[in-house]
Amino acid sequence: MFRPVVRLSTSGVRSLTRTRQCYSAPLASRCYSHAKVETDEEFDARWVTYFSKPDIDAWELKKGMNTLIGYDLVPEPKILDSALRACRRLNDLASAIRILEAVKDKSGPHKDIYPYLIQELQPTLIELGISTPEDLGMDIL
Amino acid sequence: MVVRVLNLNQMLHLTAGRVGGLFSRRAVVGLTNSGARMSSHHEVSDQVDMSQPMYWDRLDTPLPDRAWIDVLDSKDKSLKQKEKGPWTALSKEEKIALYRLKFNHTYPEMKKPSHEWKTVIGGMFIFFGITGLVVFWQGHYVYPPQPHTFGEEWQAKQIQRMLDMRVNPIEGFSAKWDYKNKQWK
Repeated sequence: MFRPVVRLSTSGVRSLTRTRQCYSAPLASRCYSHAKVETDEEFDARWVTYFSKPDIDAWELKKGMNTLIGYDLVPEPKILDSALRACRRLNDLASAIRILEAVKDKSGPHKDIYPYLIQELQPTLIELGISTPEDLGMDIL
Repeated sequence: MVVRVLNLNQMLHLTAGRVGGLFSRRAVVGLTNSGARMSSHHEVSDQVDMSQPMYWDRLDTPLPDRAWIDVLDSKDKSLKQKEKGPWTALSKEEKIALYRLKFNHTYPEMKKPSHEWKTVIGGMFIFFGITGLVVFWQGHYVYPPQPHTFGEEWQAKQIQRMLDMRVNPIEGFSAKWDYKNKQWK
């Protein structure tokens, strides 16, 4: 839902499952890959499953979050919900707040994405007792 | 004066010994520094142990390899214990403290603009100015006198000669001269 309309980044290392058409093919033959393109739902499900691992460890959380933020998209609320619950299992409130800051930054100029995410995550935030950066006054200098 | 001539082998041993001494000193400094580095504040002059996980503030890496503050005093430790319980029990100050233990800068602090550009532009203009002075000095003291063909009188004679020769009479030089009225068109 939050994917940009025009995906300019190819991010070769990360796009393990997101194969793209070669727009700049100089020859008559196109370099369409024959691999199956993952749908948005599959992508989301994969990441929700990743963070839902019951015995996830701190390294896996870090790796997952850093990879996710590296993608050219803002993660869906359900992925963030899964990640925040993983923070809870790891007793790591600071990382939970950091995740919220990171997705706000990922939204870039689209100022309406972050409030939507917080609105969707509100039940989880209340349940787990995670304060947003705004609540703590950390969104300003 | 006695000059001791060393053969190649002996010379190699000498240099190796000196270099080996250098390495062992640096290794010791590195080890002690890695112990000291585990505290919260890092001076740039410290020798960073690159084999240990490092902390960095990066917008695209929200969770770095290491927490900001590793060495916890008793107050921090008890806060960490409280973190294991429900987070609803934590006060705002405690939550902020937990964040500050794990991270150095917040995202807004990372993105804070600096005044570096003023230094850069200022430095640029200073160097332009110095260059200008050098060029001016050069023009005054270094260049030889201009050739005599650059003088007013010579140039006038040159132009007249070009017109007499009908240089580029169709589209160029002489085409712009009105020969009848003896003036430029």
